[in-house]
Amino acid sequence: MSEILNAVAIWKRFGDDDVLRGVDVSVREGECLVMLGPSGSGKSTLLRCLNLLEPVSSGSILFEGQEISGLVRGHAASVRQRIGMVFQNFELFAHLTALQNVMLAPLRVRHQPRERAREQALDLLARVHLPDKADFYPDELSGGQQQRVAIARALAMEPVLMLFDEPTSALDPETVGEVLLVMRELADSGMTSIVVTHELGFARRAANEVMFLDHGIVAHRAPAAEFFSSAVPDRVDRFLSRMEA
Amino acid sequence: MRLFSPALFLHYLVSAQFAAAALTTLWLSLTALLLGMTIGMLLALGREARFRAIRQFVTFYLWLFRGTPVLLQLVFAFNVLPSFGILLSGFTCAVLALGLNEGAYMAEIMRAGLLGVGRGQRLAARALGMDEFRIMLWVVMPQALRIIIPPIGNQFISMLKVTAIVSVIGVQDLLMVAEQDASGSFRYLETLFAAGVYYLVLTTIFMQVQMRIERRLSRRRRVVATAAAAPALQAAQ
Repeated sequence: MSEILNAVAIWKRFGDDDVLRGVDVSVREGECLVMLGPSGSGKSTLLRCLNLLEPVSSGSILFEGQEISGLVRGHAASVRQRIGMVFQNFELFAHLTALQNVMLAPLRVRHQPRERAREQALDLLARVHLPDKADFYPDELSGGQQQRVAIARALAMEPVLMLFDEPTSALDPETVGEVLLVMRELADSGMTSIVVTHELGFARRAANEVMFLDHGIVAHRAPAAEFFSSAVPDRVDRFLSRMEA
Repeated sequence: MRLFSPALFLHYLVSAQFAAAALTTLWLSLTALLLGMTIGMLLALGREARFRAIRQFVTFYLWLFRGTPVLLQLVFAFNVLPSFGILLSGFTCAVLALGLNEGAYMAEIMRAGLLGVGRGQRLAARALGMDEFRIMLWVVMPQALRIIIPPIGNQFISMLKVTAIVSVIGVQDLLMVAEQDASGSFRYLETLFAAGVYYLVLTTIFMQVQMRIERRLSRRRRVVATAAAAPALQAAQ
């Protein structure tokens, strides 16, 4: 299957700090890539580089066969319309209801007719199992519900790739499951995604490939089944056993 | 002659002259405030502009207009601009001077409003592929509005009172009319009393309007919250 995204030798420097030191990432259509690694290893930065929220210091990013790493402003914005992103802290627009959150980008960026945007938004809210929360404001929803609305909001732009940046890290334990369920359903339905997470259970069940990032380099990368069954580098092994504990 | 004549006070209060002067004060406050808000918003945006020249201009503007008395600015507009061939009516000068001055203060309020909207909100909007203009229009400004309404209300009320200084350039505002009448009749108590009542009525109306707007902005929470709580209440009964 064809590669949706292929990033090569991504280097990112903040001041004197090399956060990413030559990382390769690629994901094929319909596949789910899970990215593991200790905090500070550069996972979030890498995701933000991939959808051009952060400019890379050097390296190449091919998205749907097109080089996007140098794009800025309007051109970068149109790439981002095709890449959905879900944040650790949800970041739903506080002044809008769940429904309005999902409708905003289709209305204001794609200029869809209001009725169509509304129907689509209602469908998406149903898809994330929140059909009855359309008129609720973010501060009236639980963390898990907010995150599911955020997923619906990203899907509303009909992205070809979804990026998840630790989507369950800020959640109460009892609402983690509902978000992971939606993400798994999404992966099963063939959505291409890159997921930064500490949820090894999700990685086992939904990932096609797993990569381990450490100090800005890819320490290990393997198909999911292999990653969890066969020998991995010591560093990775220690991390995994700590996560399982 | 009695110290205070209620009849005379009432006479002034309902006179067409005072009513017209009150309208002038009101109209002047509204237009100057609107100009100030527009300038303030531009200055606030200019502060975060990419070009250094724009940021420096904003700094200069704030320094100039906050560092000199508004009365000086008013007299300057009225007396100095004509020598450059710019002839404006007293009222226009007043709107200009008060509005430009107000803009400097509004800039700070607008800035606080814009900064009050979290960085994550802009990031989320950018991730959706929105450009900076749309992010400002649909994500940042609506949220900033809630933050700036209370301080803008205060500015408005202070503007209503500050307009009294325009009497020095001959604009027929409330204070000017009151003083003119008094200088003819020497009934300062009645005329100033009547003018004071007009000011109080205007400021009271504005405080009410401000309260309504603030309540409206926060009401939706209560309505939805009560709607959500209703089934729970029924279950409890």
